[in-house]
Amino acid sequence: MRTISFTEATLEAMQEEMRRDPTVFLMGEDIAKQGGIFGQFKGLPQEFGFDRVRDTPISEAALVGAGVGAALTGCRPVVDMHFADFITCAMDEVVNQAAKLRYMFGEQCVVPMTLRAPDGITKSAGSQHSQALEGWFVHTPGLEVVVPADAEDAKGLLKAAIRSDNPTLYFEHKMLFPQKGPVPDDADFVIPIGKAKTVRDGKDVAIVTYGITVGRAIEAATLLEADGIDATVINLRTVWPLDYDAIVDAVARTHRVVVAHEAVRVGGVGAEIASFIGEHCFDELDAPVVRLGAAHVPVPFAPVLQEAMYPKAPMIADAARRLVRRQI
Amino acid sequence: MSAPAGARRDLGIALLRTMIRIRVLEEGIEKHFLAGDIPGFAHLSIGQEAVAAGTCANLRTDDAIASTHRGHGHTLAKGTSMRGMVAELFARATGICKGKGGSMHIADFSVGMLGANGVVAGGFGLVAGAALSAQQRKTDQVAVCFFGDGATNRGPFHENLNLCAIWNLPAIFVLENNRYASTTSTAETMKIADVSLRAQGYGMPSAIVDGFDALAVYDALGEAVARARSGGGPTFVECKTYRARGHYIGDPERYRQKTEVEDVMSASDPIVRMQAQLADGLSPAEFEGLWSTAREEFADAVAFARSSPSPERDEAFFGAYTGDRDASDPVHAIESRERDEFMPFAPNVGAGSQGSGH
Repeated sequence: MRTISFTEATLEAMQEEMRRDPTVFLMGEDIAKQGGIFGQFKGLPQEFGFDRVRDTPISEAALVGAGVGAALTGCRPVVDMHFADFITCAMDEVVNQAAKLRYMFGEQCVVPMTLRAPDGITKSAGSQHSQALEGWFVHTPGLEVVVPADAEDAKGLLKAAIRSDNPTLYFEHKMLFPQKGPVPDDADFVIPIGKAKTVRDGKDVAIVTYGITVGRAIEAATLLEADGIDATVINLRTVWPLDYDAIVDAVARTHRVVVAHEAVRVGGVGAEIASFIGEHCFDELDAPVVRLGAAHVPVPFAPVLQEAMYPKAPMIADAARRLVRRQI
Repeated sequence: MSAPAGARRDLGIALLRTMIRIRVLEEGIEKHFLAGDIPGFAHLSIGQEAVAAGTCANLRTDDAIASTHRGHGHTLAKGTSMRGMVAELFARATGICKGKGGSMHIADFSVGMLGANGVVAGGFGLVAGAALSAQQRKTDQVAVCFFGDGATNRGPFHENLNLCAIWNLPAIFVLENNRYASTTSTAETMKIADVSLRAQGYGMPSAIVDGFDALAVYDALGEAVARARSGGGPTFVECKTYRARGHYIGDPERYRQKTEVEDVMSASDPIVRMQAQLADGLSPAEFEGLWSTAREEFADAVAFARSSPSPERDEAFFGAYTGDRDASDPVHAIESRERDEFMPFAPNVGAGSQGSGH
């Protein structure tokens, strides 16, 4: 194990996969000469050339469309979306093309494309640069959706996404890039898609979460410790295909669940998880499932407004505390 | 103009054969659609056959094409079997897409046919990507995008033409300008008469060709394919053509006069045109032979489709993910559970249903 940043972890994943497979290439805006907004592509064109690490026009529809076309014809493209918000400019290509071709063409093809999408609330980026959009894509059959929570996930899930024969969206939170964490040395370290990780094992309440909110949940668990509450934290890692077994297991062990994410609460991944628990684990529950997510408004600019509208550690801890004390 | 001889005559006959096969296929689709054998939507390219025939005659099996919702001609011309196509349109398990695609989403990867596309302008990205893939993999494959005039008013047209131009990709953009975007005249949707003007904005060479003349299309595409294959980059070819049927089967066609269709087809039917060009090089018996062979091929395809089973009901739940049929893959368990939870509430769904959904 070494301690490296999330950025470095994604870089290692790219390097290793590009060395391993000559059909892997990368394209996006400002990635080759500038090295990416977060430095996440620095040095790649120097090793792999500007043909395999391509700066592109600001043409998201073409980039994703061409990614699909290249994936259909023997390549394994990685397309950087610059900001996850801009996937909206390529929704046809993601939803009607990438997600559907394999099924509607009777499994004649695979679409091994990875979309890298820096997402989430960051310092006053405002409504059009702050969204967490994974829920849309969970709702679209044919796509895989992974959301790394730390450096280890960053590397293992990116390698898995690139190796997957299904189109995979990789949502990497902008605030995570500089964060450091332990990452295995093994060059073949891959985190399987569809498998959650139990980050913390407690008996009183389970916090089921993913992405940047995992760190907030761990913080919440520390706050809860002071109150004598022992929390489980589940890092889903993949939000589709969801690791329902891990969820069932967590419910069986704790009987109380908080589902938390930074994406809008209404119609979010948390809603799927909560309703699944209601349908399948009803008799295991000692209290209703609590969902935490961003308020149903665009992300505002003013720091005080921005910080008011999405769940952080104290809010998660409060929800868990009330669940355990049967105040919900 | 003198009648073509030698290899040129053989080429003319080959193009004519393809056009007649497309015509027979589509007239048959029309008949069977109206008879209720074919569910969904179907869009016919009758009148436009020369573009499909002239273009695909320049392509190798490992070259790629992407088509449109009006894609039967392109698919057949690229080499897909009539059996596979008709069975697909009849929604049978033996269809080229196992009955999951239908007319608007038919594909045949074994011949480089990357799919008809239900989204207007959906093919541009796929072709840019196939061309980019050829460049990345250092092959001399080319990729051809078929599209209509309507698609050139969508963003992906502009983004992908620009991308192919700046990266010098082996892509060819074949516009079938059939004068109508669905039911709206092109004159109402753009201020230019020649859509190929738009290629100039991207620094891409372009040509305008008589889209009723399969040999002219063949020649224009020959140049474009040679340029792309030799690293010379993309080309835009505007084929001036005409759609002799409605936008879809059943279109009441209130937007044009019947006489307009009759006038264009009596003057320009690409099959009649090619027959005339071949003149003495094609005997009446040979001409009739092309038709009867195509009709036999179609009758065989219909018989094949009719004798083929519908897809198993369970098929609805699988095929979206590579792992979903593999018991060891996480997505298999999930999709199986989805099926198991859905089924008890819908015992009759799909049972014997052959309806079109209209």
